[in-house]
Amino acid sequence: MPELAQNRPAAGLRADPRVLARERRRERALAFGVYAFLIIVSLPLVAGYGWLVLNSFSTELVHGVWPEGFTLRHWRFLWEPPSDYYPDLWRTTWNTLWLAIGMTVTMVAVATPTAYALSRMKFRGRSLFLALTLILHAFPGITLLIATYYVLRTLGLLNSIPGVFLVKAALMLPLGVWVMKGFYDAISWDVEMSALVDGASRIQTWYKVMLPQVMPGVASISIFSFIYGWSEYIYVITFIQDKNAWTLSSYINSIVGDYRFLDYGLLSATALFYIAPVLLFFFFTQKYLMRVTIGGTKGGS
Amino acid sequence: MSRRQKVALAVLMLPALAVVVAFYAVPAVMTAAMSFTDMDFRLRWNFVGFATFLRMAEDFLLPGILQNTIVYTFATLALFNVGLAVLLALATTFVPDRIGRVFQALWLLPRFTPPIVYGIIWMWILDPTGAGLLNSLVVAAGGRPVNWITDYPMAVIVLTNGIIGASFGMVIFYSAIKSIPRDYSWAALADGATWLQQVRYVTLPLIRWPLLFVTAYQTLSLLTSYEYILIITGGGPYFASTVWSLYAYNLAFGGYFANYEFGYGAALSIVLVVLGTVASIVYWRVFRFRDMMAEPKIEVM
Repeated sequence: MPELAQNRPAAGLRADPRVLARERRRERALAFGVYAFLIIVSLPLVAGYGWLVLNSFSTELVHGVWPEGFTLRHWRFLWEPPSDYYPDLWRTTWNTLWLAIGMTVTMVAVATPTAYALSRMKFRGRSLFLALTLILHAFPGITLLIATYYVLRTLGLLNSIPGVFLVKAALMLPLGVWVMKGFYDAISWDVEMSALVDGASRIQTWYKVMLPQVMPGVASISIFSFIYGWSEYIYVITFIQDKNAWTLSSYINSIVGDYRFLDYGLLSATALFYIAPVLLFFFFTQKYLMRVTIGGTKGGS
Repeated sequence: MSRRQKVALAVLMLPALAVVVAFYAVPAVMTAAMSFTDMDFRLRWNFVGFATFLRMAEDFLLPGILQNTIVYTFATLALFNVGLAVLLALATTFVPDRIGRVFQALWLLPRFTPPIVYGIIWMWILDPTGAGLLNSLVVAAGGRPVNWITDYPMAVIVLTNGIIGASFGMVIFYSAIKSIPRDYSWAALADGATWLQQVRYVTLPLIRWPLLFVTAYQTLSLLTSYEYILIITGGGPYFASTVWSLYAYNLAFGGYFANYEFGYGAALSIVLVVLGTVASIVYWRVFRFRDMMAEPKIEVM
């Protein structure tokens, strides 16, 4: 807090230069300590993500760290599969995208109207439903995997992308509803009232008047759902065996199984290929992501 | 409520209800029912009373797994999800905002990284040959490569999960610290308090609610999270890093020797489900979630 040091009210009271000098030294030591701490604990992260990039483009990493010689050899998987066992990469990528988009659309389509009703309408069961979503939000859906498998099998949704995104959307729905409710809660009643007085129905009011105003909220949950859908691992691995429905998670999981200690070049290149869209989203839409991370845990306030 | 109003409500709420019931409520109830069967890959409902629970008492692997679960949950919580999170929040509030945000982004990145990609990064860092990051450092220092995953499986799962877990607390503590009025630190400074004393006597007492919330919430998340363990150590060697939730997963879907023990797996899950439900209800009371559900102020038509 350098700013704070300048405004310090006590500075004038203790004008002894020796005391001031000592304090300045102490402050500098503290600042040094804090920066040193931040940099040292963050090093493994920087090293890890940096390695993905360096390793995928270099012929060799000397001592596993220092890159030597540029090559695109590790990116061969873009035009030829690592072995006959693997499905077409672009089909797999398309499946991953389909999962991300399906998840986003489901979340927005389901959470947006529900949050409106929960924010603006009074009805029996409202508190109960809110309580339920909140409890579900704290409750880890991953413990229900075995029964979910049974449900999907019964519905004929195993080995299909929609099966995965419906389940995943259901698990994220409580978060989405609370975030969206927070956005509706923040809108003044006057706007809505005037629409209703003019004779618009509740649905029309929601669609025409309210929806345009909660677009930042829709953007937030869209980006959030997209990234989580794109990255999904456990449900994909468990519910999808059919290679035609594989996503990049299954594809890379298989590469890890086959080439783990043999070909780090291939591992890092495929991993970078998978994470690239996430990185783009992450850097350009962080504001929205933070809103969900914080908003979600505070219950949308 | 008028008829028109009811129709509007149904239209707004039904999609959410359908999704939550089908993919959340039904699996939850079904998990409970399954735990009283000896269901396997044939998915037959053969009820066997309390046999699965008696089996738990006799399962010679369970004591070790329970111990792993406790060590994993509380070590990760203390060292990373709360411990490191507080340090990161203090450090990022200390440095100028712009720099603080860069470090926060860096720490949030693993949370949005596809789990399999995050796993690959750690496979490289922990590689048992000289090719990995840690071992290249060990070799450079004149040592011999260590097989980290086999030799220190518990430390590996605590570290790898903790690096992801720390950001949740970091974000929450960060905003809590930021919302402390400046006057408090000025008053402390005027009294001649050092930064450490400020942290100890002003900051930490003022963020005790967020501290309690993160501790409670993350205990439950850790108790049921096994995705990264599955990817990085697979629960091994043997069962050395298998936690309760991973054991349940592996019994049902585990690897090449899948035994599809849905009944027993569900029984193990139901223990976590009950724990999770109780915990959620406790949070509900302790953290006064009810305040967040205030009825809409006015209701029209």
